[in-house]
Amino acid sequence: MTATPKIELNSVKKRFGPKIVLDGVDLTINEGDSIVIIGGSGSGKSVTIKCVLGILRADSGTIRVDGQDVTRIRGAKRDAMLRKFGMLFQGAALFDSLPVWENVAFGLIQGRRVPRARARDIAVEKLAKVGLGSEVVNLSPAELSGGMQKRVGLARAIAADPEIIFFDEPTTGLDPIMADVINDLIHSTVRDLGVTAVSITHDMASARKISNRIAMIYKGKIIWDGATKDIDHSGNAFVDQFIRGSAEGPIKMEVRR
Amino acid sequence: MERIASQLNIFAAIGRVVLAFFTASGRLAIFTVDAVSHCVRPPVYLSLVLQQMVRIGYFSLPVVGLTAFFTGAVLCLQIFIGGSRYGAEAFVPQIVVLGITRELGPVIAGLMVAGRVAAAIAAEIGTMRVTEQIDALTTLSTNPMKYLVTPRLIAAVVTMPVLVAIADSIGVLGGYAVATRSLGFNGAVYLKNTIDFVTQGDVVSGLVKAAAFGFIIALMGCYHGFHSKGGAQGVGQATTNAVVSASILILAANYVLTSFFFSR
Repeated sequence: MTATPKIELNSVKKRFGPKIVLDGVDLTINEGDSIVIIGGSGSGKSVTIKCVLGILRADSGTIRVDGQDVTRIRGAKRDAMLRKFGMLFQGAALFDSLPVWENVAFGLIQGRRVPRARARDIAVEKLAKVGLGSEVVNLSPAELSGGMQKRVGLARAIAADPEIIFFDEPTTGLDPIMADVINDLIHSTVRDLGVTAVSITHDMASARKISNRIAMIYKGKIIWDGATKDIDHSGNAFVDQFIRGSAEGPIKMEVRR
Repeated sequence: MERIASQLNIFAAIGRVVLAFFTASGRLAIFTVDAVSHCVRPPVYLSLVLQQMVRIGYFSLPVVGLTAFFTGAVLCLQIFIGGSRYGAEAFVPQIVVLGITRELGPVIAGLMVAGRVAAAIAAEIGTMRVTEQIDALTTLSTNPMKYLVTPRLIAAVVTMPVLVAIADSIGVLGGYAVATRSLGFNGAVYLKNTIDFVTQGDVVSGLVKAAAFGFIIALMGCYHGFHSKGGAQGVGQATTNAVVSASILILAANYVLTSFFFSR
């Protein structure tokens, strides 16, 4: 296949002051991939995603989405680019001043000028997709449990039918059962909507379940990239240590971010 | 050798402070230009502007009204006592209205609203920053500047003059109450002296100041909120910085505006 990759990162670098966070990330993500980026805390997983979205600006290197260079785009072009994306944030990042349905419908109402009544119907439908009934529609996000908030965040991420969804540590802070529920939801959502999914996590159970491809980032570089089924015989000492969750090995824990 | 090193440290420390100052000023300047440019570029979220006008203006009425009343009252009392040394008690109404409309109305209202509103804005936007809600806005194709900052700036600039106009009236009323109740002034004469003396320029200059203070308050709240980091402590720090910087800038801007309006 010679189709244009959905997302392509080319030697992307980013530093905060003296601290180098991304040291030349190369990654190609094809349409329909469900890729999980694994790596320890502070290894640059979140920064990678934020650079793609333009929330952070890469210092050098290029990022292409559907072949278009998005590294320096602004204004209307950037808005059009962002419409392709949905994102589930680590802490769900729901707007606490708005009820649940308006959170889900936010991108439709503000970003795309969908009439409120219509947007509300879509929100209720998307909430049903993540297993939330009409009883939560008018609640405030603060009234929901962590798992429920994640579901609302997922509904918000898929509300505007994005082509690419980012999941930032979708299972962090959830109990094992709720984590599995969220994994199932992500898996089925990605399969049913046919979207490209990029997740970052350090939860290996989650990574195995929701991905068909895994890339490992260490010290700002992608050090391994391959099919999920090959992860157990990667032949890479760093990957082996990470998936075993062992303190012994080539990876030394970084104390500071 | 050690002495040289410690001297270098002094230079390094001075350099750090200077660099930090210029970094912060540059960041604030860019933020200000960006925020103002969004005020004049469509779309402007009118419903959010109205909501903020209620929060910034209407809900500040009690605190501004109370402080204005007592300021007018104490001003009246002091001028009466001070003036009586020269036999100048009769000028109390004129001096009260001048002091309130030109200086005390806008400054007291500005400082009270800075404490109330700049803190609230910084805490709200700061919390949105550290919980990634601002990033979430971006991913939902909504510009955070336009959605969060612009409505607050417009609302503060529009409502502050209204608040100050009300504060002026209540301040004069405070002076009137003290003068007629305990200092033995005739109410009708007091009011006539007040109205005959005050000019349009006195009031308008105060209202222009009020608009400028409103801009400072909303800008400081938004700026510090936007750049807060590091969880609860960071948000607390941002809130404190917002109130302190807004208050200092209000007093400094007040001097600049006064010298601009009244020096010939």
